[in-house]
Amino acid sequence: MPAGNLDLSELTSLDTAGAWLILSTARRSGGTVSGASPARAVLLEAVQAVLPPDRRIPKPPRHVEMLERVDQVGRATVDGLRGLARITGFFGEVVSHVAGTLIHPGRLRVTALVFHMQETGLKAVPIVALMAFLIGIVIAYQGADQLRQFGAEVFVVNLIAVSVLRELGILLTAIIVAGRSASAFTAAIGSMKMREEVDAMRMLGLDPIDVLVLPRVLGLLLMLPVLGLVADLAGLLGGGLMAWYTLGISPGMFETRLLETDVAHFLVGVAKAPFFAVIIGVIGCFQGMQVEGNAESLGRLTSRSVVQAIFMVILADATFSIIFASAGV
Amino acid sequence: MEGGGVMEPVIQVRGLVNRFGKATIHNGLDIDLIRGEVLGVVGASGTGKSVLLRSIVGLQKPQAGQITVLGVDVRTADLRETRANWGVMFQDGALFSALTVRENVEAPMRVQYRLPADLRRSLADLKLAMVGLPAKAGSLYPADLSGGMRKRAGLARALALDPEILLLDEPTAGLDPIAASEFDRLITTLQQALNLSVFLVTHDLDTLHATCNRIAVLGGGKVMVTGTMAEMVDVKDPWVHSYFHGPRAHAALAG
Repeated sequence: MPAGNLDLSELTSLDTAGAWLILSTARRSGGTVSGASPARAVLLEAVQAVLPPDRRIPKPPRHVEMLERVDQVGRATVDGLRGLARITGFFGEVVSHVAGTLIHPGRLRVTALVFHMQETGLKAVPIVALMAFLIGIVIAYQGADQLRQFGAEVFVVNLIAVSVLRELGILLTAIIVAGRSASAFTAAIGSMKMREEVDAMRMLGLDPIDVLVLPRVLGLLLMLPVLGLVADLAGLLGGGLMAWYTLGISPGMFETRLLETDVAHFLVGVAKAPFFAVIIGVIGCFQGMQVEGNAESLGRLTSRSVVQAIFMVILADATFSIIFASAGV
Repeated sequence: MEGGGVMEPVIQVRGLVNRFGKATIHNGLDIDLIRGEVLGVVGASGTGKSVLLRSIVGLQKPQAGQITVLGVDVRTADLRETRANWGVMFQDGALFSALTVRENVEAPMRVQYRLPADLRRSLADLKLAMVGLPAKAGSLYPADLSGGMRKRAGLARALALDPEILLLDEPTAGLDPIAASEFDRLITTLQQALNLSVFLVTHDLDTLHATCNRIAVLGGGKVMVTGTMAEMVDVKDPWVHSYFHGPRAHAALAG
């Protein structure tokens, strides 16, 4: 392009975009700009002062892109491992505080504990009972359909008893509680973290683990087995009603067959509850403590807390299945 | 622009009434913003400075009154086109947290015009440079910025479409004195270069002194008094008097 002169004397209006275009054109072609009125000259000067250097954004070569991807994988792995280390550390901290509380029971915040037992336990009873009742119905109905082909309808009672007592009652309860309470823990602790309430607590000499985490985790630890029991009863009730209705298995017969079922199934189910409770409580509180100053991290960590809690509960359940199977229980 | 001398109001508020439940915030408030001036709006907490700003830009529906911005009645007109002519900077920038700083500045351009992506990008970079942000700030997210940088980015977004009117809500609140006076200088420079009319809500006496041609004091649901900083000093009203005669005011006037 030949160098020339841009005459602005006929210009009727000019904004920053126009000024930018004029100046960068002039610069690229090596031309000059003249004839600007004083007001325009001020604008041109202001834009000239900050005119960014001409840049063609070079497309990164292929191998750099690949390298970046490898880099991302590496970072994600390291981040994941670090997260695991941190949550393990947090779990250890909680355990040591529990031990400390056992030695000095006066440190336990009873009011907070009872409050969280009500929030996470009592208030979850309706939803947990309804869910288990419906699951009982589904198992009875589907089981009856299959067992009728063999004329073994009456075994539907064993099917209900084993599946509800051993697995579904407690697992589904834990999943519902993970959805309800892990998110609530993260949101509550996270918003306190955001408003620096947690820091203020530390300044007063209060230990956030004692004040915020222990009541929640212990409350859940006490209430999840109870909720599991509620779910077992509701599941058996649902299954029993459905068996009575579709297969004509009378409540008396249901009871007889139910009592023949090994009580170990029930014990296996209930034994898992405290482990699930600790998983849900620790993950919920841990993620809450990870919240930083912005609202965006609160939302992200709340959803992460639910996903992680549910996933870990199912993983633990699978582990228990393997352990109990190899122990022959 | 170069008409010269004519006192043309770009914002005209007449008889504005805002009530929240039983609390009357504005009771027949009149205020004008003249083309090319920087108007500082001050007042005690609760006198409705921010509500006034929100009413002018149409975020708050007043109970009564007329608000005209560039000849358009804000309460009834379709504001889509008018919005290109005003830029609003909220307290703390109000940047969209899911977008980078550059995308934040591009957002108004996306809404109003169809521009090629690289032109939009270049214009956004230009705006970021004009408010004094370093080039690399464009690809950062608002959460990564300091308070002062967030305000600058908010200003860049407000200026994205070369508005005629700039409305600023507490532009220097929460900044350290150095950053605040830099921001004051920035507003003055841009106001002159872009021939902006600026409506500035603030508490900061230094800002009032450094940037404003005219000051309006709100109180009792109305504009109690308007005038230059020098004229304010002679006002007899007790609140205005203590505001402009406190130790901070003396420091600002001396500086």
